[in-house]
Amino acid sequence: MNRQTHQSRPSVAVLDYGSGNVHSAVRALERAGADVELTAEHDAVLQAAGLVVPGVGAFAAVMRGLQAADGLRLIGRRIAGGRPVLGICVGLQVLFEGSTEHESTEPGMAEWPGTVERLPSEVVPHMGWNTVRAAEGSRLFEGIEDERFYFVHSYAVQQWEFDVNQPRMEAPQVTWAEHGVPFIAAVENGALSATQFHPEKSGDAGAALLANWVKSL
Amino acid sequence: MSVAIRVIPCLDVDAGRVVKGINFADLRDAGDPVELAHRYDRAGADELTFLDVTASSGERDTTFDVVARTAEEVFIPLTVGGGVRSLADVGQLLRCGADKASINTAAVNHPPVIDEITSHFGGQVLVLSLDARRAPAGLTRSGFEVTTHGGRKGTGIDAVAWAAEAADRGVGEILLNSIDADGTKDGFDLEMIRAIRAAVRVPLIASGGAGVPAHFPEAVAAGADAVLAASIFHFGPDHALADVKNAIAAAGYPVRHGP
Repeated sequence: MNRQTHQSRPSVAVLDYGSGNVHSAVRALERAGADVELTAEHDAVLQAAGLVVPGVGAFAAVMRGLQAADGLRLIGRRIAGGRPVLGICVGLQVLFEGSTEHESTEPGMAEWPGTVERLPSEVVPHMGWNTVRAAEGSRLFEGIEDERFYFVHSYAVQQWEFDVNQPRMEAPQVTWAEHGVPFIAAVENGALSATQFHPEKSGDAGAALLANWVKSL
Repeated sequence: MSVAIRVIPCLDVDAGRVVKGINFADLRDAGDPVELAHRYDRAGADELTFLDVTASSGERDTTFDVVARTAEEVFIPLTVGGGVRSLADVGQLLRCGADKASINTAAVNHPPVIDEITSHFGGQVLVLSLDARRAPAGLTRSGFEVTTHGGRKGTGIDAVAWAAEAADRGVGEILLNSIDADGTKDGFDLEMIRAIRAAVRVPLIASGGAGVPAHFPEAVAAGADAVLAASIFHFGPDHALADVKNAIAAAGYPVRHGP
């Protein structure tokens, strides 16, 4: 590795499609060592070393927002090309097949099988700092397996339906958390990763996770 | 394992400055909300709440500036309350970098504003700030009454019924402040916490009356998912936040240990 490459900050595009508070994500990624741009511009989104897809609000609203910004096609092109993408919160949920939120009929991106369903827990939303059971060999959670992360959501993927016998595919690494029932807290699937919690709001632990991701770019 | 009981310091901010003096030993500027937010973050706060007490609307821009600067430097959730009246107010706070907004009088006066805000941004951005007190006998069914204007004005509205209605309308959590207990340092109003807990499934933040760390696990036992306080953190020792978490943990509840 030459000196120039070693010192450069990987470029990260945070997809700008009108999704709530994205300032924290931008700043947290900068702090994690990335050169960050908040953008929906095609070339910038496709050419960045990494793409972050934030997501706040209802599943259907996020899907419609992504659609309107041509985000679905851009995310799809990056995934097809093996270019790193990190989904956060509803940005994880839209990678599954669909959601039961508000009887939504909006399909998800279906990168992974499964449906996002309401948590049957005593207190909902699941709001606050929770532990995770990090996937074995996880790169995202390297060094922070025992930390707590900040969650805020009422819906989650509660079953991992991936067919491990599927030929020619390496099984994704799945990290679980629990709020009354177990649910998926993160998925790492080659270049495609996603977290149900908010690393940009998870203090030092979240910063370490984002740094692990930026380092992998 | 389960979600940790959140411990939340609350800062009163007036025209961009923290109003009540704060007792941290080596603060350069005790009135700077951003520096204080940093200190509380380092002390292990799980979230922060700014209560904007700015009287003049012309000076509210300084609040937005403070929120923006805090959100750029402190990576834990930030709630802003005080003067939030409309969908536009919430939108502006979120754009500045707040994660949640809390609404109080405006929701009491016009409950549909809750539906309007939560259908646009999702319930997780809206906290119902509920100032309640014991009502004169027979005034409300539960015995608790909603107040406005910082507890100075009674409304005759049943506090338990109002909490349930606000949850139905979509608020993501309820911040319950006991006007009777507030400032007494005698402990939380446990009966009121139990009454609201029994009526709603959204997270419940208890506030008002905390005097010593041992008061906090009592609020949790009564049904609080989070605890919010001001003076015990502002005027207590630097390790007050850790003391509160240790007291909660010693009672057998999960906490997040700070950095």
